[in-house]
Formats: sequence, structure tokens, C-alpha cells
Amino acid sequence: MTQGLLNGIFIGLTFAIYITIAIRSRAGSTKEYYTAGGGVSPIANGMATAADWMSAATFISMAGTVAISGYDASRFLMGWTGGFVLLTVLMVPYLRKFNKATVPDFVGDRYYSRVARGVAVICAIFICMTYIMGQMRGVGVVFSQLFGIGVPAGVLTGAAIVFFYAGLGGMKGITYTQVAQYCVMAFAYTIPAIFIAMAMTGNVIPQLGLIGNYTVGGESVPFLQKLNNINTELGFQEYTSGKMSTINMFCITAALMCGTAGLPHVIVRFFTVKNVKSVRKSACWTLGFIAVIYLTAPTIGAFSRVNLIEKLHNTSYAEAPDWFKAFENTGQMAWVDKNGDGAIQYFGAGKSDMGTNSVFQGKGPTYPAYDAPENQRIGSQGQRLLANKADDSNPNELYFGNDIMVMANPYMAGLPMWVIALLMAGCIAAALSTAAGLLLVLSTSISHDLMKKIVNPKLTDKEEVKYARMASFAALVVAAYFGINPPSAFIAKTVAFAFGLAASSFFPTLLMGIFSKRVNREGGIAGMFCGIAFTSGYIVYFQFLGGTTDQLLFGITPEGIGFVGMLINFAVAFSVSAFTSPPPKHVQEMVENIHIPTGAGEAETHDFEI
Amino acid sequence: MKLDHPRAHRSACLKITLILLLVWFVVSCCGGIFFRDWLDANMPSIGSAPFGFWIAQQGSIISFVLILIVYAVLMNRLDNKHGYTEEN
Repeated sequence: MTQGLLNGIFIGLTFAIYITIAIRSRAGSTKEYYTAGGGVSPIANGMATAADWMSAATFISMAGTVAISGYDASRFLMGWTGGFVLLTVLMVPYLRKFNKATVPDFVGDRYYSRVARGVAVICAIFICMTYIMGQMRGVGVVFSQLFGIGVPAGVLTGAAIVFFYAGLGGMKGITYTQVAQYCVMAFAYTIPAIFIAMAMTGNVIPQLGLIGNYTVGGESVPFLQKLNNINTELGFQEYTSGKMSTINMFCITAALMCGTAGLPHVIVRFFTVKNVKSVRKSACWTLGFIAVIYLTAPTIGAFSRVNLIEKLHNTSYAEAPDWFKAFENTGQMAWVDKNGDGAIQYFGAGKSDMGTNSVFQGKGPTYPAYDAPENQRIGSQGQRLLANKADDSNPNELYFGNDIMVMANPYMAGLPMWVIALLMAGCIAAALSTAAGLLLVLSTSISHDLMKKIVNPKLTDKEEVKYARMASFAALVVAAYFGINPPSAFIAKTVAFAFGLAASSFFPTLLMGIFSKRVNREGGIAGMFCGIAFTSGYIVYFQFLGGTTDQLLFGITPEGIGFVGMLINFAVAFSVSAFTSPPPKHVQEMVENIHIPTGAGEAETHDFEI
Repeated sequence: MKLDHPRAHRSACLKITLILLLVWFVVSCCGGIFFRDWLDANMPSIGSAPFGFWIAQQGSIISFVLILIVYAVLMNRLDNKHGYTEEN
């Protein structure tokens, strides 16, 4: 049986499961469409939220990011899990009590203003769009891997499937499908890690292997020490120490944490459980399920880094493993024989005077056209040649994308074929579950908050659904475009921007809305506007308008600027509120009321006007 | 329902929230970021991993889960004490 056939069987099987679930639990009413009817059990919602939350970016490229940057990648590990603490203790129990279908609903009512609702809708769309671009890229990587096609074709295939899939279920369908998807993801992620941990450290539990000894070939040295030695030998930063400045590291972590707590597609997930008590319980389950994967990611990162270097560094191309050639074909790995010795060398920035280790000029690899003469496409060793000029300022010859670590991992470790097939199914589950959740929020933001609540309150159910579908289609087209031409080199980076925007808009606005009776309409709108304008301006300037690193504010990179945007939002909102009149009495009563934990269930029946 | 119930509940709730957030901040930001070099140098290693590094990549995540469990238990107890019990 070939690998391709086995992949097909695994993916076909999981698809059959998802579609069966989606059809059996498809939404019967608009209430079920938006919040699954509010009766999902805490543990099921926990799994679904975990699946929704862990995107293709997390699944595919986080371990790779850890592998490349070692300690510095802790910002993602801590940021994306720590945010759930904020989300649980500050946000969701209160928002669940408030009991509306969407997040802009809360903003609109709390700040008693259509403008506030409008700004919130725009923020939600902006955040989901940024986020979904990363997803599309992830889907593309998986499909290109799966069918041996280029990433652009993979992105388009993925977009088509996601559109078909998200149209089916509504929140109810998505929820129960995500439960199944979480199970697939968890197995797909941990099983290869267990195999590799056993092979490299003799320990069944990867987390113990990471802090244990490296035992390959009769050696027995502390694993992390081995990794540090390899890294420094090749001119990389020591694995366990970082090179990022403390302030930048803190800002990025904080932006990711606050952003997590302000992500609309995560918040609405908690609207599906029965009451406030279940929200708290569900949050525990959610983070527990997420921790399973997040505690494994750093182990995969560390193991695969050692594996990659041992397998490829100083290996002649003729003897390079088959998987290397397969990844060359999809453009995810490349080799430029700078010194002409026919062997692959992998070096870090420490080996060059320029402080870089770029293999070629330009951001990503480009290739000669298919009809170009053969000597321009295929090198003397049979390697795939690049159209890029080689960067001769450093000796590094090996290029690979961050997203390759998880995908190549089982091949590198020589794992059985079914593990690889399972991994493929897991990647697709990760991409589908997040994309479906995001599309739901995107389309409801447009159909419910924009069309129904702002533009035309007389909209019928049927028209609302029609707008929702149109919105998801348009969103996917844009997302696919940016998935093919990512504004930033790595998936994790693209996604990090969504968090910056969420941190600077929703998090402070919701927090003040819940805990302050004094912050009013004017303050809320001004704060939100300044926060998001500052953050997106900063990001656009440094991503698209060619801002240079010495222009950075306090050395904070665009990924971390959401934290500063958040502080601006708070400051502006409080000062503007102080000079304008306090919110009307019914809004103050509403704030009092959301702090009383009971009664979330009853309110629902008459508050659902959709 | 007595009038001071919501207020007493709310301030107790705020206390729990702030204490847990303090723990959260100390573990993640202080342990994993600000003082990690000091922790690496002065604390016993976890297995072969330097203490601060281990906190940043493993320990913080484990403690986040524990914080949420403590939060759920304390809040449910608080709700019961103030008579805000709701059937599951």
C-alpha cells in the first residue's frame, strides 16, 4: 500500500465522520445556527473550543517556530495558553450572562450606540480576516503536501472545501464536528511525538524526554545540552537562551494573551453552554485539552531540530533522504550548493559577518518556468535549482519553511506510514475546524450585526442567512488571495497580527464594558478607534511600507504592538469618559446585572429576537 | 434576596479574580520572561532543563490549567454561599 493511498483512506474516513456529524446535528433554527441552542455540555464545548482555537498555524508551524527560535518561541506557548486565564476570569462568564448571539451585540448595547456596534463589527471582520489568511495558508501547505501540488493550488482546493463545509452546519453542526476534529488532532499530534521521544531519549512521555537524556547511539547526554551544543557549533543562538529583547518578548506575549481574551470566535464558543457555572467548567476543559497539544509542541520542536540537523547537515545530496527531495518539489525546502562540494550545509547567523543565514536573495524561493532549459531547472547533483540569486555573504545552504517541522517530522524519524496519514488528517482537522469557526463569526457579524442591526432591521431570517453565505464566500476569496501571497513569511506571524488587533480593540473595550459603570459611549468609541488605528497603522507601516528596524518604538516588533495599542485604548477611553456624561441608568443596571451569575438561561428565550 | 448580596458577592469575586491574576502574572511574565535568567542561574534544573526555560515552555502552561481549576472551584463555592446556585 502506498503512502498516498493510505493518506487518502485516513482523510476520507475522517471526512465521512465529520460530514455525518454535521448532517445529523445541523442547525434547525437561527438560534441553533448562532449558538447551538445553548445546551452543549461543558466537556464537549471544551473539546470544540480547543479544536476551534488550535488553528492550522498552531498545528503545523508552532513546533517549527519553537525548533528555529528555541526559548524565544515561548512567547507563543505562553501567550496562546495564558490568554485563556484572562478570558475565563475576566470575560466569558459575564458575557455569557449578558447572553447575546455575537460580541458586537454586547458592544452595541453596552455602549448604547450604533457607531460602537459598527466599529465592533469592523474590528471583528478585520480580526477574523487577518486570522483566516493564516488558516488558508495552512490549508494550502497541507494540501500541497498531500497531493504533491504547489501551495497556491493547495490554497484554492482548501478554500473550496472550507466553503462547502462551513455552509453545512451552523454553530450546532460545527460544535459537534469540532469535537471529532479535536480527537483526531490530539492523536495526530501526540503519537508522532511519543514515537520520536522513544527513539531519541528512550522515554515514552515526550515532556519527560525533553528534560531527560539523549540516548541515540549509546550516547547519554542531557538532551537540551546536546541541542545547545549543536546550535552553537553551527553558529545559531543557544537553544535555551533567547536573543529577543525582554521588553519585546514581554509585549508580544502580553499582546497574544490579551488578544486571545478578545478573539470573537473564541468568546462566542462559550455562548453555547447552559449557564455561567458551565462556562467556568468548560473553560477548564478547554485549556486542559489545549495544554495536551501545547505541552507537546516544544518537545516536537526540540526533537525535530536535532533530527533535521543530524540527517541533513554535511550529507551529500546524492545520499540525502527521499523526503528531502519530496519537500524540494513542493518548494518547502531548498538547497543551494554555494561551495560546490555536493553536500548540504546548514549554518546559523553566527557563521557570517553580516549576521544573517539567508540562503538566497529575496524572501521565498522562486523557480524557473517549467519550460525553461533543463540545465536551469536541475543542478549537477539532480537538485531543484532556484531562480533566486544565491546569498554569498554566508555559508548556509539549506532553506526550509517553519511549517515543515511537523510535516517532515515523521519522515525524518522513519515512522510507520499510518502515523504520517494520521498527521495529514490532523492537519486538515485543525485547518477546517478553525476556518469553520471563523467563517461563522465573520458571516454572522455581517448578516446579524451589520445588515440586521444597523442597515435594515426588517430583514427576514432567510435574507439574513443569504447575507451570511455571501459574506463567507467573499471572505474566503480574499483570504485565499492572501494565503497565496502571504504578507509575512511565516504562518505564525500572520496570525500574530490578528491577536495584536484583538488586543487593542476588543479586549480593553469588553473589559471596561464589564467592569466599569463609568466608561461611556464617547469613551468606548474613541478608545476602540485609537487603539485599532494605532496598531494597524504600525503593522501596515512595518509590513508593507518598508519601515526599518531602527524605527521601531522601544524596539517592539509589529507582533507586540497590540499591547501598546491596548494601553492607548484604555487611556483614551478613560480620559474621554471623564469629560463626558456617564452612561444612562439602564446601561449601569445592565453592568450590575451581568455580575450576578444566575439567570443566564432564562434571559435567552426572550432575548433571541432573530 | 438581601440588598447587599450582589455587592458582597461581587467584591469577593473580584478578590478571587485579582489574586489568581497575580499568580498568573508572576508565573508567566515574571517567571518565564523578566526573571528567567536569574531563575536559570539560581534555581535547581528541572531534569536537564534550566528552571526559567522550563517555566516558559512547560511550567507556565501547567500552572494556567491549575489556576482555572482553582477559579472554577472557588467561584462555584462563592456562588453557593450567596445563594446563586443553579442546576446543571
